Parts: sequence; structure tokens; C-alpha cells
Amino acid sequence: MKIDLFITCLNDALFPQTGQATVALLERLGHEVRFNAAQTCCGQMHLNTGYRTDALSLVRKFVDDFRDAEVIVLPSGSCAAMLRELAPDAAHWEGDEALRDEVRALSGRIFELSEFLVKKLGVTDVGAAYPHRVTYHPTCHAMRSLHVGDAPLQLLRNVRGLTLLELPHADECCGFGGTFSVKNPDVSTAMLADKARHILETGAEACTAGDNSCLMHIGGGLHRLRSGARTVHLAEILASTEAKVWA
Amino acid sequence: MSGLHPSRPFPEAAREAVGNPQLRANLRKVTNTIREKRLRAVEELPHWEELRQLGAATKDASLANLSDRLLELEASVVARGGRVHWARDAAEARELVAQIAQAHQVTELIKVKSITSDEIELNAALDAHGIHAIETDLAELIVQLSHDTPSHILVPAIHRNRAEIQALFNRELGDPQHLSDEPAVLAGAARRYLRQKFLTTKMAVSGANFAVAETGTVCVVESEGNGRMCVTLPEVLVSIMGIEKVLQTWEDISVFMEVLPRSSTAERMNPYTSFWSGVTPGDGPQEFHLILLDNGRTDVLADEVGRQTLRCIRCSACLNVCPVYERAGGHAYGSVYPGPIGAILTPQLLNMTDKNANTLPGASSLCGACYDACPVRINIPQVLIYLRGEANDQKGVTLESLAMQGMRYAMSEGWRFEGAVKLARLGQGPLVRNGQITALPGLLGGWTQSRDLSAFPPQSFREWWRTRNAEPGAGSEGGQP
Repeated sequence: MKIDLFITCLNDALFPQTGQATVALLERLGHEVRFNAAQTCCGQMHLNTGYRTDALSLVRKFVDDFRDAEVIVLPSGSCAAMLRELAPDAAHWEGDEALRDEVRALSGRIFELSEFLVKKLGVTDVGAAYPHRVTYHPTCHAMRSLHVGDAPLQLLRNVRGLTLLELPHADECCGFGGTFSVKNPDVSTAMLADKARHILETGAEACTAGDNSCLMHIGGGLHRLRSGARTVHLAEILASTEAKVWA
Repeated sequence: MSGLHPSRPFPEAAREAVGNPQLRANLRKVTNTIREKRLRAVEELPHWEELRQLGAATKDASLANLSDRLLELEASVVARGGRVHWARDAAEARELVAQIAQAHQVTELIKVKSITSDEIELNAALDAHGIHAIETDLAELIVQLSHDTPSHILVPAIHRNRAEIQALFNRELGDPQHLSDEPAVLAGAARRYLRQKFLTTKMAVSGANFAVAETGTVCVVESEGNGRMCVTLPEVLVSIMGIEKVLQTWEDISVFMEVLPRSSTAERMNPYTSFWSGVTPGDGPQEFHLILLDNGRTDVLADEVGRQTLRCIRCSACLNVCPVYERAGGHAYGSVYPGPIGAILTPQLLNMTDKNANTLPGASSLCGACYDACPVRINIPQVLIYLRGEANDQKGVTLESLAMQGMRYAMSEGWRFEGAVKLARLGQGPLVRNGQITALPGLLGGWTQSRDLSAFPPQSFREWWRTRNAEPGAGSEGGQP
């Protein structure tokens, strides 16, 4: 399959290894991977902070960049949810029905990585190996907007050497929420403190998720606590093999 | 806090609440308990999703022809011997209640929990007229006796624990014996106090969960029986309801009798449901007034995105699942409507003109738990995002809006974004220690209050992709940055 990657602005700038792991994983599964270097951002940060016009200009750019894609895969649940769920609404609010229709026409081809693997390709064993104790945090957008269900867990259960530890209160938000973490730092910190405590209770070496934005938040908290536990994107675990560990 | 108007921005109020460990412990205990019970109560019904859709559709149908429904309701109530009053705003509604009380020379009246009466700040207005309103819901009574304000729609004293209530009742109810902290003993003391009020007070004020246009019936759903006492024992009954509470037919109520108790108290059926239609000679209050309150609702209805807010049946399920409410508590929202529903209802009722209320749509991480829990499928995260835009429009140009514009510009071309990332990589130099940033300046300072940040790596994905494709044979195992 010809797969167009949407690497997302955060992954591109701060977590390039997630994008590289996604490429390695999809190529290992025999797919042709393409990256249109014109791409930038889905506009989620702008829209969620209430800057609709700015957000929609980025949505329009996304539509232009990916108009001809067969499938678009992205290693981020929240950006996938933005493009599939919110962008059409926002276009409608601003009276741009043409953009709404265009982004809707693309939405059936947009997949978060784990749902692409499990639901679209029907693969639950990607031949990965990762000999570590890992706990999984289901990110809110993947869980509640995209309904990825247990797709990430199915993938993790088939990783050689990986010990999967159940995270208490897993479905509670980590407190990131984009600019929420900066505009309401006290509440965000209180939520993060509980999430970090639950992660440390599992005794895991690493907490994984399908979204680097949440992981940046959780990882930043774990690092500040000098806890020793770290965060790693699901794509990096799935790309890892006996020969090469990505994270 | 008073009525709808928050006295300060949410982040400021929340900071104080988050810093109170006793409050956080009380809130966590209660919200977690109710949350788990609600899930069990909902799982019992295999057709829950259909019920949610029916609930939403029923409210939408009524809201779509709201003025017709209200006129029908008025005619039905009048035909059954009641009187109907229309109040454009809080002041008109307060004045109506005071006039009715004065016409009957009442100096004391009883109230069954009515958040709408709190919205219009009725008690304080009556006090100014020398009329004392006594709350008869146990939790409302606790809040009133401690000169506090409710912090939850359904569990107004959620922020109080048993020991605090014991001390309060010993002080305020003047019981001859010293009360223990046993719930039954405390409830008994409240019962003795309230029973005497039920039997001697001439006038009552109630809220309304629903009203049925075709029959002129008003409905209150409650757990303690105090509501039933209030709507049957006094001579005069005044019910105040927001105009969005009207339903078209008697049958319309049935779906809410299923979804409301399960969503709010996790009960299959609530203990007391009272219905009354006008007056019945020789039975119950002989004078009945229904006050239909607008107070901003017509404006909410006019907004295509915001209007779904008016479906709300005040079950409070969204509060109990909200991680922000759980940490900040109800008072931080600064309005009688706290939690996720308050974050969208309060600023809209104030027509997006109140600066403090306009910070409420920001009081959410947009996790979506509220939308999942809502029995009438209000897409709260969607409305929150929409209202953040409306609030920004009120503010005009700010440092934040300029920063967002700047970022949008940088992201409008791939090469421009790459350049911006390179600049940031250069600029971060002085902030980075061992690959981490532990203190950020300006707008971003909130981040490093509790979190470190990985520094920009030496190579972005797009830079890597270019080198990988430039070097034949680099393949998918291409070098890590």
C-alpha cells in the first residue's frame, strides 16, 4: 500500500525518532512510505485555543497537501481526531462549507497508527521485540474520539519480551490538554501528579501511548520527579526488533 | 460567588482550590464513588445509547419550537387554575417572588432545591425584603447554615465531610444533646428542624426538572421527600423554571425518568417524583404561580452550536467524571453551574460578555469524558472549543493571539516551519541543561512549573528524511538523530 505520512509538527520538531520509527515499521511491513515535505500542522493547537481562522488556514493547507493520498497515517491520536472530528465542524462554524466537504472527503483515509495497523491492515503482530516492563496510557482523543479501543494493547501483547503492566485509572486524562497545561498549570499539574503516581505504582520502566503530546507532558513530569521511569511512543516500541531498539 | 458571575478568572480560583488537600481528598472520594456507581447503573441497560439519543432528540424537538411550547404550557397551567409569569431576567424573577410573598405577608418561606433560584440569587433578594428562605434539601441546608455556597449541582455539600457537618449542626441547630457524627443522628437533627418548618410555613418556592406543555404539569425529582413536603403542605407554591425545561407531551417525560436517576445518583429510580398541575380545591397549595425565566436562554437558543447546552437536565454526570472538576471543585467555577456543563452554560447565559466567565471554556483538558457521560449527548468538548473562539473575539488582539498568528505564519509553508524550528533550536541554547529545559520564559512558564521539556533535537524529521533520501541505500534503518 502507498502510505502518506502526516508526521505532525510536534513529532517533526521535537520527536523525530517517532516519525523514523513509523517509517521503519511500515516499510518492514512491506509498504511504500511517502512524506510530503510541504506538510506542517493540523491546526489543533490553534483551534483548541480558540483561534479558528488560523486553524482553518492550516486545515486548508493539510487538505491541499494530502488531497491525492491513498491513506494518511499519523502517529498521533489527537491530530487524527482533530482532522476527522473537529476540522469539519470548525469549517462549518466559519461558513466554509467547501473546506468542510473537502476535509470530510479525506477523513475516511486518515488513520492513527495503531488503528491503521489493527483495523485497516488487520495486523496485530508486527514482529517487534522490546524486552522491557511497559504500561500503556490510552490517550483521550484516541479512546473517545477515534474509538481505537484495545488496538494498541493487542499490538503490545504481541511484542516479544515486553511485559505489559496494567495502569490503574488508565482512562483518566493526564492533564495535558494542549495550551490547557500552560493556561491552567495548577489543575494540569494536579492531574499529572495522579497520572505519574499511577504509572510509578505499576513498577514499569516506561509508559507508552500513541501520542507524543501526552507523552511530552507525562515524561516531563516523570523527569521532574527524577523517577527513573520514562515515556516512549508506541511506534518506537513497535519498530524495535532484536537487531535494533528504537527507544 | 453569587449567581452566575464569577468574581475572578478560573485559573486563579482553581489555584487556591488545588492547594487545599482536604478539599481534594473529599472531592476525589465522592466523585470516584459516584462515577463507579453510575457506570454500573448504566451498564444494566443494554439500550443506553438509544436512550441517550432519544433524550437528545426529545429535548431538541421541544427547543425547536420553544415559543409555541411555552405558550401551550401557559394556557394549560392557567386552564388548571395556576398563574404564569414571564421573567426576562434575574431581577424580574426575584421581584415576582418577593411580590407574591408580600401579598401574603409572609416573612419565612421554604424552598426545595432549586438551582434556578440560586441562579437569580433569590435568597439574598428575599432577605433584603425581610423574608427568610429556608433550604429544605439536607445538603442545601448544610450549605445555607454554614453561610457557604453549593459546589455541586446534585451534592451541594460535596466539599464538606462528616466532622465538619457535626460541628455545624451542634452550633446552628441548637440541639439540647450533643450530636455524634453518625449520619443517622445528623440526619435526624435536620429532620426535626425541617419538620417543624414544613408544618408551619405558608409559602414554598420550588424549582422544576420538567414541565409538560400539553397538561400544564410541573415535575420535581428528588431523593429526600422534602420536595414533596414543599409542594403539598404550604398554601402558596411558586415554581421557578428556566424556559428550556418545557417538554411537549406527558410521554416525553418517560425517557428522562430512565436516564436522569441513573446519570445523577446512579439509582434505577429516584425515591420521590412529584407532579402537579395547577391547583386542586381542598388538596395541596390553593395558589400556584409558575415563573418562566429567560435570563439569557433565548440568546443561547439562537446560537447554532451553543444551543445544545439547553438540553441539559442538570444530572451532574459530567461533573462526576470531569478530571478538572475533581481537582478544582465547584467553587472554582464561580457560578451556580460548576463543572463541564457550567463551563459552557455560564458564559453563554452571560452572552459571552463577562471576562471572568469567559475563562471557563478554558477550564478543560478536552478529554471528552463529559460527552461520553452526558445522557442527552451534549457535545461539551465541541462547545468548549467553539466558545473559546467566541471568548477570544471579545478580547481582540492579545499577546497570545499574536503568538498564535506568528505560529500559523511559520506553519503556512513546510520550509518556513523548518526555518522556525532551526531558529528555536539555536534560541533554546541558554535554557538547555543535559538535553532538558527546566524553566521557560513568558507565556510558556506554566509548563515548567511541574514539568521538564526535552530540548529540540539536532535534526528534525524532515531534515532526516531529506538526508535519508539523498543517500542511496540509507534505507529504513536510517540514522537516528
